[in-house]
Amino acid sequence: MKKLINDVENVVLDSLHGLELAHGDLVRVDYENRVVLRKDAPKQGKVGLVSGGGSGHEPMHGGFVGMGMLDAACPGEVFTSPVPDQMMAADEAVNGGAGVLHIVKNYTGDVMNFDMAAEMAAAESGVRVESVVVDDDVAVQDSLYTAGRRGVGLTVLMEKIVGAGAEAGRDLDTLVALAKKVNGQGRSMGMALTSCTVPAAGKPTFDLGEDEMEVGIGIHGEPGRERRKLASAREVAEMLVEPILGDLDYTGSPVIAMVNGMGGTPLLELFIMYNEVYRILEKHGVTIARNLVGNYITSLEMAGTSVTLLKADDDLLKLWDAPVLTPGLRWGA
Amino acid sequence: MTDLNPEVIHTWLADFASQVHDNAAWLTDLDRAIGDADHGSNLDRGMRAVAALDASTFSDSAAYLKKAGMTLVSTVGGASGPLYGTFFLRVGAALPADGPITASQWADAFEAGLTGIVQRGRAEVGDKTMVDALTPAVTAFRGAGDNVAAAWQAAASASAEGRDATVPLVARKGRASYLGERSAGHQDPGASSVTLLIESAARTLG
Repeated sequence: MKKLINDVENVVLDSLHGLELAHGDLVRVDYENRVVLRKDAPKQGKVGLVSGGGSGHEPMHGGFVGMGMLDAACPGEVFTSPVPDQMMAADEAVNGGAGVLHIVKNYTGDVMNFDMAAEMAAAESGVRVESVVVDDDVAVQDSLYTAGRRGVGLTVLMEKIVGAGAEAGRDLDTLVALAKKVNGQGRSMGMALTSCTVPAAGKPTFDLGEDEMEVGIGIHGEPGRERRKLASAREVAEMLVEPILGDLDYTGSPVIAMVNGMGGTPLLELFIMYNEVYRILEKHGVTIARNLVGNYITSLEMAGTSVTLLKADDDLLKLWDAPVLTPGLRWGA
Repeated sequence: MTDLNPEVIHTWLADFASQVHDNAAWLTDLDRAIGDADHGSNLDRGMRAVAALDASTFSDSAAYLKKAGMTLVSTVGGASGPLYGTFFLRVGAALPADGPITASQWADAFEAGLTGIVQRGRAEVGDKTMVDALTPAVTAFRGAGDNVAAAWQAAASASAEGRDATVPLVARKGRASYLGERSAGHQDPGASSVTLLIESAARTLG
């Protein structure tokens, strides 16, 4: 394993120190409870927006804390859900009297820990906490008998849009409805060219041949739904976009499109992918109104990409365009 | 027959902690095949924290198990933290007062732990999870008669059989479920670690 780390045990902690030193104007870190907080939290009268998940997906979630996005992020160990204590501390710290909304990715561990936090918070404090689960991954067939679709790329778009809604003073019920609307109108699909190495494990999560790729991956370095022969960017774009278009009709609405890198893919290649995605959508009569191209929800040093498409409307575009000032996403501010 | 008290419970969990520590790399390897390669390291971190608890500072077994459960919830993360944590919280709440304990009372507490895990994880037998080892273990424990030591032995054997039977299954819950058919042919990490827990019980709670 070759990584820029000091000590496997302190990977997350050392990184949090760096985040705070680099972006101390935007965020502060509560090291005892392991929570990244917006510098000026709590904002009185504003709904507190809290998310969290395993580390290794940077800039998500800690890099999305700040004006117009999250009030707090709870980083777990690498690829491991945070624990209820962190979420309860986050809820307490960001509660400005208007309640707290949790944005939870649909992974078994994340959902269970956020559930336990909400149960314990209800028993111990008076803070009103609501949760919305993101499950946008079309690689997983949604079924009553499985863990359901994973929460992946759409999480970034949801945190931006709901964050803008919270910043604009919308109330908790309105924001819950907004988050559910985003979840209902967004889909993602991802692929990997390489595996990645969890520091504590010391070796790659899976082996992949020089001429192979994994299609239908999540964001934890796990293998995907199927292994295929390596293909061109054009063919890969089709493999990712077609299942999304087959799941939801995007015609007639402005679309927010994200071409995301998994951490180890150069921007050179991500723009090649964006070009292909754009042309496929054009052929299907789908118009991209806004886009995001870069590494936003990653899987350590994995090479690969994911595509997220969100069917928008005037309100969603307005919230998307609203100012945001976070370590990982900033415009208009 | 061993009386119930915090020291006895601590002996059980400390034995489990050392088993998890010694087998952490194996559990992580199992998880690498169908999950995300962290089951051994996460559970090891949590059980080391439990093993560091001082049993003499607890008023009774229920209080000790509550603390052990909350410690796991607070230190493990992932799905394992809430699942193992819920198991110990429910076992503790269902145990009788400290002192002599019968096999039937142990069976009730053991079953309460299983029920907690099923409620928390919404998994059923055949989903390729820890429930596939725990469910036959509880059944075997109940069917083993009045001798607590013999009942834990029967539970440990049944748990190991249930664990081995997860190999051909296609996962329907947890992270392995995202692999679909590709999850078949691998032993479930959760069923493997929970079998270590029952084997520790068979060594220490007889």
